[in-house]
Amino acid sequence: MQLMQLFRSSVGRKLFMACSGLMLAGFVVAHLLGNTTLFAGSAAINAYAEQLRKLGPVLWVFRLGLLGALLVHVTFGIWLTLQNRAAKPMGYAKKTVQSTTLAAETMIYSGLALLAFIVYHLLHFTLRKVGLDPSLFSDAAGQVDVFQMVVLSFGQWPLVLLYAGGLAALFLHLSHGISSTFQTLGACNEHLLPLLRRAGLVAALALLAGYLSIPLLTYFGLVTL
Amino acid sequence: MNLTLHVWRQQGPDDKGRLERYQAKDVSPDMSFLEMLDEVNEELVQEGREPIVFDHDCREGICGTCSQVINGQPHGPQAETTVCQLHMRQFKDGDEIYIEPWRARAFPVIKDLIVDRTAMDRIVEAGGYVSVSTGGVPDANAILIPKADADAAMDAAECIGCGACVAACPNGSAMLFVSAKVGQLAKLPQGRPEAARRVCSMTETMLDEGFGNCSNHYECEAACPKGISVKFIAMLNREYLKAMPKLKGKKEA
Repeated sequence: MQLMQLFRSSVGRKLFMACSGLMLAGFVVAHLLGNTTLFAGSAAINAYAEQLRKLGPVLWVFRLGLLGALLVHVTFGIWLTLQNRAAKPMGYAKKTVQSTTLAAETMIYSGLALLAFIVYHLLHFTLRKVGLDPSLFSDAAGQVDVFQMVVLSFGQWPLVLLYAGGLAALFLHLSHGISSTFQTLGACNEHLLPLLRRAGLVAALALLAGYLSIPLLTYFGLVTL
Repeated sequence: MNLTLHVWRQQGPDDKGRLERYQAKDVSPDMSFLEMLDEVNEELVQEGREPIVFDHDCREGICGTCSQVINGQPHGPQAETTVCQLHMRQFKDGDEIYIEPWRARAFPVIKDLIVDRTAMDRIVEAGGYVSVSTGGVPDANAILIPKADADAAMDAAECIGCGACVAACPNGSAMLFVSAKVGQLAKLPQGRPEAARRVCSMTETMLDEGFGNCSNHYECEAACPKGISVKFIAMLNREYLKAMPKLKGKKEA
């Protein structure tokens, strides 16, 4: 019943956005740290993938938790955006903005682009239904070599471009989202806000650089089989 | 100086409305923006045309009645100023000025530049009462309040309820307004017993009245004629978190 009252308050609704966003951002950081094992070579990333698989049920707890956070974040994001648009049915003939950013104004678009990218990314590397034929990087027993899979995929420029696009959406989304989370959770004041806005931007840039390094360094031959 | 005005004219709530062009001639830089409009209206009346209808009252920046979006900015280009305190020296000869009413679903246009802002009154009403002791006049400073807390409460209490935050917000949210009204009591011992009920009721009523949700654009702070900081929105969010254990699932916490 308490949950119902959370839905009714504007602050309550935003708490769902902030908490689910925080979980997803946490995953984005962890996922990058895991992925950097690629640079340690074939044995390292395959061992990392094997360790993850060995987690078994624990891995599924994490996956379902993330899926839940994603569902909440997407559902509330769309719902709140529709409400906000309805609350402002007419704009100004002469528009002047003072402190908002492109990232803040395009959260719904960067978010939807990111959702589409996540779906593709899962189909590509997790379910292996799109992109290269899995037989190219599997042994006779059907065991996938993660290192080969990534390196062969990012030898293809259309895939590199697609990932760069997805990561651009991630950067835009996080550059507003990170500092916004602190404000919504109340962990902010007039001294912290400018710092958090800058720190959020820097963190988003660092994540962009980290993730971009994987397809780019691979494509330009710095990571080879 | 001579100016071209593009003013929103709307006969009533059901009229579609449109921008109309007017010339403001021989405007003195010492006039206030409202005095400039008064002059334009004088001329319109002499020509037998209907004057531009706009809200104003105190003309000294404290009543929050003058509600005009000037060139896309609530209360015009000067920071921390209401329209009545905006002077024509902020403009130059030949300028084109767009004058529009506050835009938000919760603020329906009554006529021309006047909007109905009673939705904000209903949010304040939802805030409810503050318990006080009755009886004889209490001694001054009987309740000790740290200076910093008293200052913060006064900063929030500067809100004049003009609605510029809503007009500036891309989401038509009244979050800064609600945060100022909650914030003026948040750090004081007075009103503590009702704190949880107040923050829930006010943030719920804000949505019931058709305002949007805050998505941290911070346009409100830039538009506020009293310079209310968005730190009060963070404070409002903290007040809500504090109230959560008391939520009962009914409208009243």
